[in-house]
Amino acid sequence: MAALATAAAIQAIAMKKLINYTPSAWARVCLGLLPFAVLLAAYIVASDIRLAQNPSDKLLPSIGSMLAAVDRMALQPSRRSGEYLLWVDTASSLSRLALGVGISAAIALVVGVLNGAVPLLRANLSPLVRAISLVPPMAILPILFIVMGLGEGAKVSLIVIGITPFLIRDLQSRTLEIPAEQKIKAQTLGASSWQLIVRILLPQLLPRLIGSVRLSLGSAWLFLIAAEAIASTEGLGYRIFLVRRYLAMDVILPYVLWITWLAFVIDWMLDRCSRRLYPWFYR
Amino acid sequence: MSFIEIKNLWQRFGEQVVFEQLNARVERGEFVTIVGASGCGKTSFLNVLLGTQRPSRGRVLVAGQPLRDEPDAERGVVFQRYSVFPHLTVVQNVLIAREFEGSPLLGRLFGARRRRALAEVAELLQAVGLAEAANKYPCELSGGMQQRLAIAKALIKKPKILLLDEPFGALDPGIRADMHALLSALWREHRLTIFMVTHDLKEAFQLGSRLWVFDKIRRDRHSPEAYGAHITYDIPIDRNSNALRRGAQQTAVAQRRKYEAVPTAAGR
Ligand SMILES: Nc1ncnc2c1ncn2[C@@H]1O[C@H](COP(=O)(O)OP(=O)(O)OP(=O)(O)O)[C@@H](O)[C@H]1O
Ligand SMILES: [Mg+2]
Repeated sequence: MAALATAAAIQAIAMKKLINYTPSAWARVCLGLLPFAVLLAAYIVASDIRLAQNPSDKLLPSIGSMLAAVDRMALQPSRRSGEYLLWVDTASSLSRLALGVGISAAIALVVGVLNGAVPLLRANLSPLVRAISLVPPMAILPILFIVMGLGEGAKVSLIVIGITPFLIRDLQSRTLEIPAEQKIKAQTLGASSWQLIVRILLPQLLPRLIGSVRLSLGSAWLFLIAAEAIASTEGLGYRIFLVRRYLAMDVILPYVLWITWLAFVIDWMLDRCSRRLYPWFYR
Repeated sequence: MSFIEIKNLWQRFGEQVVFEQLNARVERGEFVTIVGASGCGKTSFLNVLLGTQRPSRGRVLVAGQPLRDEPDAERGVVFQRYSVFPHLTVVQNVLIAREFEGSPLLGRLFGARRRRALAEVAELLQAVGLAEAANKYPCELSGGMQQRLAIAKALIKKPKILLLDEPFGALDPGIRADMHALLSALWREHRLTIFMVTHDLKEAFQLGSRLWVFDKIRRDRHSPEAYGAHITYDIPIDRNSNALRRGAQQTAVAQRRKYEAVPTAAGR
């Protein structure tokens, strides 16, 4: 009898479908960290093996030599310029990124909302935006350098050209997604076209804009690093491509990790801001 | 001259005739409830009255003037869903109507004008029983509370015509009864002219002062889309007397006889 009950219980457990097993909060953290730990361990082992064979190997530097490189780049003034290179690079890259993404977001909000809200404008602008979004931005980078010189303008423009069409198209469709009933309702409350845009559509699009910006940040980094690699005197992308000549993996790897970390923090902060500012959007 | 005159109204989408030959006169202060099978064109009819859909033929006169073909503040509406703005709190949802009329550029009121408007809004929210929830977002409200908010919003402009499309469809019976009482009171108080679509015949009889049944009187078995719905029954309801309501039902029977006497197309 008891055996039967146990068998039934085991079967009941076994019967539960895989998709219905949800880990507890702790288990989730551990499960999430596990792949990172495995990767790190694999790296350390591989690095040790290579360095044992050839102590001057550059491809997989030891953790120690990477820490030394970080110390050199971030905590000691550079011998040539007296600057703390990592921080100079970070500041100039982040300001380019912020400027580029900020300009794109502003343009996208205005054009996207107008396109979505005013059918006459949409008929007018939508095909143009669509055509522009098909131009590969990297292909016009040389044009930007020719027209704008090698200064900041060209680098920021590349980001703007690279992500604005996506943002516009995304916001336009988000605007169109707002139920027609709401627009009708606003008109029965006496709203003019302008009032409808500023009080009903725009406020509802701000959290959606933040969402689209988060999605476009990956491309923004791509365009930033590409532009810096080609023409710059400082910046995270510039530094990586500079030290590549000396196969300085001990600098490149920490820089890549640092960029990844920055991208993560920016994404996380945008999410937090959006949740704090627009609580109604998240229920 | 009646307040609303519907003259030979047709609605057609491509080959499909949704409704045809609608003729009716509605006086100020009437409460017309509309019932009919799903897909027979009730929502389409409200859309025509609202001005969001152009009829294929015929016209509607309001106080002798042709209907404006875009939504405006003369006609309030409560849809089954999406009648509230998700990004505004309950108070802001109602206040915004006053802000639209008082501030063409920013759509916002400040200072004394805002305080005055807020006092008015608070009174209205009290009337619909939402005073406690004033600072909540719609997503924090139950379905019934959202619908009450939608009604409060529709009422602040004191529209001459109120259009309701299955406004209580999603509510449980208790809240539904509350809403019926609220709507009846507001209808009497403001002498609104209301058109309400419902699937609930009991509700239609309870609330309306006049009941319309939309149905096809001509059918063609081979092309079911060829003929549209009419107002097949137009039943006056005296809301104060059950005896008279029974009388109304007798009228209904009489009307049915009348319609059935109409020669119909093939396949009836
Ligand atoms: N914009 C449109 N284009 C084409 N057909 C439409 C359009 N709007 C409505 N219809 C058609 O008109 C018919 C009537 O639709 P309507 O929404 O008015 O029905 P209803 O009586 O409100 O039904 P329900 O009770 O299910 O809400 C339907 O067959 C629908 O397919
Ligand atoms: Mg309908």
